[in-house]
Amino acid sequence: MEMGWRWGFAIEILPKMALATFNTILAAGVGYAIALVVGLFFLLGQRTPSKIINWINREIVEFIRSTPLLIQLFFVYFVLPQFGITLSAWVCGMITIGLHFGTYLSEVYRGALEGVSKTQWEACRALNFSTLYTYRRIVLPQAFPIAIPGMGNYLVGIFKDTPLLSTIGVAELFHAATAVGGYNYRYLEPYTIVGVIFLTLSIPAAMWVRKLEKDVNKAQGKIKK
Amino acid sequence: MTYFEFLNEHGVTLLLGTVTTIKVLVCSMMLYVIISMIFGLMRLSKNLLIQGVATVYIEFFRGTSLLVQLFWAYYVLPFFGISLEAFTAGVVALGLNFGAYGAEIVRAGILAVPRGQWEAAHALNFTPAKRIKRIIIPQIFPIILPPAANLTVELLKATALVALVTVVDLTFEAKQINSITWLSAQCFGTALLIYYIMARFALVPFLRWLELLAARKVGKEKI
Repeated sequence: MEMGWRWGFAIEILPKMALATFNTILAAGVGYAIALVVGLFFLLGQRTPSKIINWINREIVEFIRSTPLLIQLFFVYFVLPQFGITLSAWVCGMITIGLHFGTYLSEVYRGALEGVSKTQWEACRALNFSTLYTYRRIVLPQAFPIAIPGMGNYLVGIFKDTPLLSTIGVAELFHAATAVGGYNYRYLEPYTIVGVIFLTLSIPAAMWVRKLEKDVNKAQGKIKK
Repeated sequence: MTYFEFLNEHGVTLLLGTVTTIKVLVCSMMLYVIISMIFGLMRLSKNLLIQGVATVYIEFFRGTSLLVQLFWAYYVLPFFGISLEAFTAGVVALGLNFGAYGAEIVRAGILAVPRGQWEAAHALNFTPAKRIKRIIIPQIFPIILPPAANLTVELLKATALVALVTVVDLTFEAKQINSITWLSAQCFGTALLIYYIMARFALVPFLRWLELLAARKVGKEKI
């Protein structure tokens, strides 16, 4: 086997990798959209007055958060067919990522809601605003900016966890690299290209999130030096 | 086949896998703690070269996916004449990846130590090394341990990935049993439960105890 980097091979496989990158971005985007919604449901479970629902919700969140995404993927992918539900690898992957990161996002939402000062609620009560109105016009507009950095971080996090989808056969970037590498018995170029693509996409994204964080802090009057 | 029969037949295999998972966890934990300390301090260095090296390292490992790093360490390094055993490759990749995240925690922790402490140490004519070692480091533990505890639980979860580079850990065994018996619910369900128990009833209480210990050391009693 020839050692060292081969440009010819790298350029030859580049179009295939670029195409797969599109799938990776799609997977991250869809997974994130599901996670955003799932997070809202977990948040709802957390804030209902019923103690039992609170408890069940918390235990579910704890369980999902303290077990590996990889095995959750396997579980959903292999176990659902036993109950007669056969879903494609894509759907399984999106559901699992949505559930897994939904638990994290519910924490982000919770933190943001708690970040709104209690006196805001009291003022609204004093002004005789309804709960819904208070949420819609007073609390959520203040909570949202607090949640933005956390939400951005998990977008980048999901993006970096999409390679796990390759283990159940979703044809994303990492899957393509493994396939190309296995076909040609050369892993150096495919895996390196994957790394470079991830770097070029996630570093700007992380920088953008950091800038958002700074902007939010500034808007909140908490300027850190 | 009932669940008890399943456990009777495959329980030992899963437990053996769990032992490997714990080994991977302990080794990568030690590695990542050391790396975070070194690079966290380097990141705050006044020397631009040292600071630059640390920044590049941190951005690189935080910017790429752990799985990619893992496969790179196991499948690509042999191209450069460095053949690592699967276990070593797994521990090194995990340690380097989490070390990058940990370094940022350490950096934030050092910055959170009140300025007065630096000035007082300076005024007492401590050498820079002694200042860091005797005054600053002991005080950062209560600050960095809570985020570090979160990171360590993430590390436990991430150890599952080493199964993909053929380390025979809990995930690997679960996959193996699944491909023999096709009892997916039983084997992956059990694996999930074992990870859950490890995280919730062993790792987290241990880390809480460390937090308590650190808080007590600097006289900040927490409940």
